[in-house]
Amino acid sequence: MSKAMLRAADAQTIPLSFTLNGRLQELAVEPHELLLDVVRERLGLTGAKRSCDVEVCGACTLLVDGRPVSACTMLAFEVRGRSVLTIEGLADNGKLHPLQEAFIQYGGFQCGFCTPGMILAAKALLDENPNPTEDELKHFMHGNICRCTGYKKIIESIMAAAKLMRESRA
Amino acid sequence: MLRRFRLEEPQSVTEVSELLGRFGESAKVYAGGTELLLAMKEGLVQYERLINVKNVDGLNQVTADNGTIRIGALCTHHQLETSSVVKQKLAALARLEQNVANVRVRQVGTLGGNLCFAEPHADPGILLLALGANMIAERTASKREISAEVFFVDAYETCLEADEVLTEIRVPVPEGKSGVAYLKFGYLERPSVGVAVALRVDGDGKSIEAAKIAVGCAGPAPKRVPEAEELTKGRGVDEAKTNLSKAGEIAARAAQAISDLHGSQEYKEHIVGVLLKRAFQNALSQC
Repeated sequence: MSKAMLRAADAQTIPLSFTLNGRLQELAVEPHELLLDVVRERLGLTGAKRSCDVEVCGACTLLVDGRPVSACTMLAFEVRGRSVLTIEGLADNGKLHPLQEAFIQYGGFQCGFCTPGMILAAKALLDENPNPTEDELKHFMHGNICRCTGYKKIIESIMAAAKLMRESRA
Repeated sequence: MLRRFRLEEPQSVTEVSELLGRFGESAKVYAGGTELLLAMKEGLVQYERLINVKNVDGLNQVTADNGTIRIGALCTHHQLETSSVVKQKLAALARLEQNVANVRVRQVGTLGGNLCFAEPHADPGILLLALGANMIAERTASKREISAEVFFVDAYETCLEADEVLTEIRVPVPEGKSGVAYLKFGYLERPSVGVAVALRVDGDGKSIEAAKIAVGCAGPAPKRVPEAEELTKGRGVDEAKTNLSKAGEIAARAAQAISDLHGSQEYKEHIVGVLLKRAFQNALSQC
């Protein structure tokens, strides 16, 4: 038996029970499995993208208990008992989230590769700070990179969504 | 791709220390993983076991204790940037933490992990040197307090013994008319130069009673620079300001800057001098 097979036979599995987009998921993972791979390859949700793979670009952003993380560098077992939101879970029964509406209305994307991460990071920002200044928005979002460099429209979209969300709450 | 490893999940510091003693260099402590997992994905390091320390109770609190802020090693950068105790008592640290990497790294990465990984391009160690912090290291049967000045040995190397665990960072709250500033310069998220200055002035604000200066990121490990401090300490404010160019040159040499993609050695040395002047002014303005 090859060394690789021996090591595979020796594999440790960890039961993983967590909430994914509001629904309970139960599976078993190995310690080295990354959250991004589990979500994309095993659960088929491909909104989060692998891009830089070093926590710099934000294309793999997911929300764990409402806070943004880089799924490319988070071990899957870390979400035990926690709540994970991907872009696929953001719309409510087919009704788009105000951020999604605003990105469409204001043209907040070009190629769209960074968009799922942008929108989820922006959601975390607006949940924490419903009325950010543009500087606060830029500080929070600076770790999400748009390779098309379409930042102006992204900022406009998030500011517009913030306004919409405040108004709908009022 | 990460290679397969086994995960250990101890519940106490003693168990962590025992596991480290038993498995030696084939195991590594894993906290936030924001730096370790990158190095493992790149294949730069490999471990048969990771020891997840996040189930150990009591290591993720910030408490104020008689003039000292005690920071549990598992506190995340996000916890520290938002902690009311840190913002109130160690404002310079809160500001530094607000600007570590990005929001996702701050959410997951821990202060203890940052210090133990000892990546040269890291901010916190530099400021902790200027603040006179101490690290608490524990092992199965003992506990010791290590000055930040001796904690950092080299790039990716601390003075921790193989079975020692960093459990707490103790930071004295600056006393009297004091000011603390940390400034960094870099490309995107990676600091190429970091300079910290902590000052205390006398009652009428005319002379510098105490000064601590530390530099880092440019070279292998953060360093305090006593020779630069001497040029400002015990001197009138104006004289100290006049001496800043000289102090900057000394600090630049102490930084042991290297040339890389982010700038030449000479360039980084120049930046050390510039940041030292600015950080000094900034700290003085808070006094």
